[in-house]
Amino acid sequence: MNANDSGRILLSVKNIEVIYDHVILVLKGVSLDVPDGRIVALLGANGAGKSTTLKAISNLLRAERGDVTKGSIIFDDERIDQLNPSLVVKRGIVQVMEGRHCFAHLTVEENLLTGAFTRGAARASIAEDLEKVYSYFPRLKLRRSSLAGYTSGGEQQMTAVGRALMARPRMILLDEPSMGLAPQIVEEIFGIVEDLNEKEKVSFLLAEQNTSVALRHADYGYILENGRVVMDGPANDLANNEDVKEFYLGISTAGRKSFRDSKHYRRRKRWLA
Amino acid sequence: MGPFIEVLIAGLMAGVLYSLVALGFVLIFKASGVFNFAQGAMVLFAALSFVRLMEFLQNTFAPILLSLAITIVIMIVLALLVERLVLRPLVNQPPISLFMATLGIAYFLDGLGQSIWGSDIYTLDVGIPKEPLLLFESVFEDGILVSSEDLVAALVAGVLVAGLAVFFQRTRIGRALRAVADDHQAAQSVGIPLNYIWVIVWTVAGLVALVAGIIWGSKLGVQFSLSLIALKALPVLILGGFESVLGAIIGGLIIGAGEKLSETYLGPLIGGGIEYWFAYVLALAFLLFRPQGLFGEVHIDRV
Ligand SMILES: Nc1ncnc2c1ncn2[C@@H]1O[C@H](COP(=O)(O)OP(=O)(O)O)[C@@H](O)[C@H]1O
Ligand SMILES: [Mg+2]
Repeated sequence: MNANDSGRILLSVKNIEVIYDHVILVLKGVSLDVPDGRIVALLGANGAGKSTTLKAISNLLRAERGDVTKGSIIFDDERIDQLNPSLVVKRGIVQVMEGRHCFAHLTVEENLLTGAFTRGAARASIAEDLEKVYSYFPRLKLRRSSLAGYTSGGEQQMTAVGRALMARPRMILLDEPSMGLAPQIVEEIFGIVEDLNEKEKVSFLLAEQNTSVALRHADYGYILENGRVVMDGPANDLANNEDVKEFYLGISTAGRKSFRDSKHYRRRKRWLA
Repeated sequence: MGPFIEVLIAGLMAGVLYSLVALGFVLIFKASGVFNFAQGAMVLFAALSFVRLMEFLQNTFAPILLSLAITIVIMIVLALLVERLVLRPLVNQPPISLFMATLGIAYFLDGLGQSIWGSDIYTLDVGIPKEPLLLFESVFEDGILVSSEDLVAALVAGVLVAGLAVFFQRTRIGRALRAVADDHQAAQSVGIPLNYIWVIVWTVAGLVALVAGIIWGSKLGVQFSLSLIALKALPVLILGGFESVLGAIIGGLIIGAGEKLSETYLGPLIGGGIEYWFAYVLALAFLLFRPQGLFGEVHIDRV
């Protein structure tokens, strides 16, 4: 379960189990590592448990009656699974939730400023960072005084990422950034993610159903099925893996089945042979 | 024309109080989704604390300022206790549980206030001039008689509302409050601590209650009926919309003015007592024809 060989591990999720409403077991022992300075993709179909994993890391599950019942989460050599969400942000992990979740009745600029809440009232450096966000997302500068609720999906995604940046994070958890966006906007956003990764040294853990885009921009990937990691490896290896091609990249004539079905099927074939 | 305006002004003055109470409701509702039935009890509790402290401190150098400061501290402590003992343990419970909890807070505060501070009617004199002013003598025949007390009260309420507007629009914490009102999970995801925001918002609601209590208390004396103001705030909220600060203010003024005007001008025709039911009938009409209220939140659909 080791990720890349190089780079120290910044975030380590160790065998976590998540239960919703005291009865619904959703994550059944998920482990993953994000090395410092890397982009790691968390892949899997709808309902696999990607968002639940990210929310467990940010400790946002309580609001959804979810509980981490086993395992631990370690960030920068410190256990963070008992910290409240605000302290998690202070340690350096910010999440951009699925569906962007901009503050609809705040302007784009106010949205960005809320991202700096944990930094207190350090006005000068906050103004500086605001300009930096605008330099990555020039479009946001043009829309700075529009209510976020009235901007396009792409602009909202940029606002949400920019807002996360305002916290000066060491790691961003990005949930389904491509959802509902046109392909060229998706490329633009992933391009900026790579830029931020390179220039600002922000590490990313990104959850995506869009396997091909994610694997093109990530260094390493984990595939989640039914609350379990079923496969992991460097992005290139995954992109060239026959099973991944068949079941996640749609490069196959067979109908979509789950990855595990395929293993069963192969295993049976072996027994029969 | 003169008498009409006098009635109108008297009505608007009553409306200021309704507005302030409704404003407290709206702030708490927006920030935490809690329908705070205890807002009226907070008005009484704050006013009682203030008036009794003034009595105890009357021989000090600044009884008004001192009791104001102490009462503000009391309201902050109250906000902290509510967050710690009620909101935090009940987070994620259905809204009805939280509503029941605020009912509990209301009765608790009423009881606590009366057992600590007493249950008489206390006159409150913060030095607002009482003599009426004659205005606009050149415009209207006989001019318009306005109590200077009402003018001061309106001014104070206006300053309070303007101050809150600046707080919400221009400060870091105000912005965080609006963010929480918009999407509390997103607010958490960027590191805004909900518990802290709840304490702030209950404190602000407590201060608004204190101002309302002082204004009304110095007019009618501090007494138990202040607590029942909460019942008038309900129709104001239906009129103004539960999530609109502007709606709370304008709704309060409309109901205040409406009930006094209808009492004066319709009263003789259909019998008196209109004041007592006017607000509720108006609210009922709104529920039937415009349930989102005058200024009900515009919901922005995400693209
Ligand atoms: N608040 C919740 N209560 C109960 N079940 C939930 C809740 N949120 C998600 N689930 C369930 O957990 C599983 C994983 O969901 P999720 O983590 O959102 O998957 P993904 O992000 O991979 O699409 C799904 O079966 C979903 O129905
Ligand atoms: Mg998801």
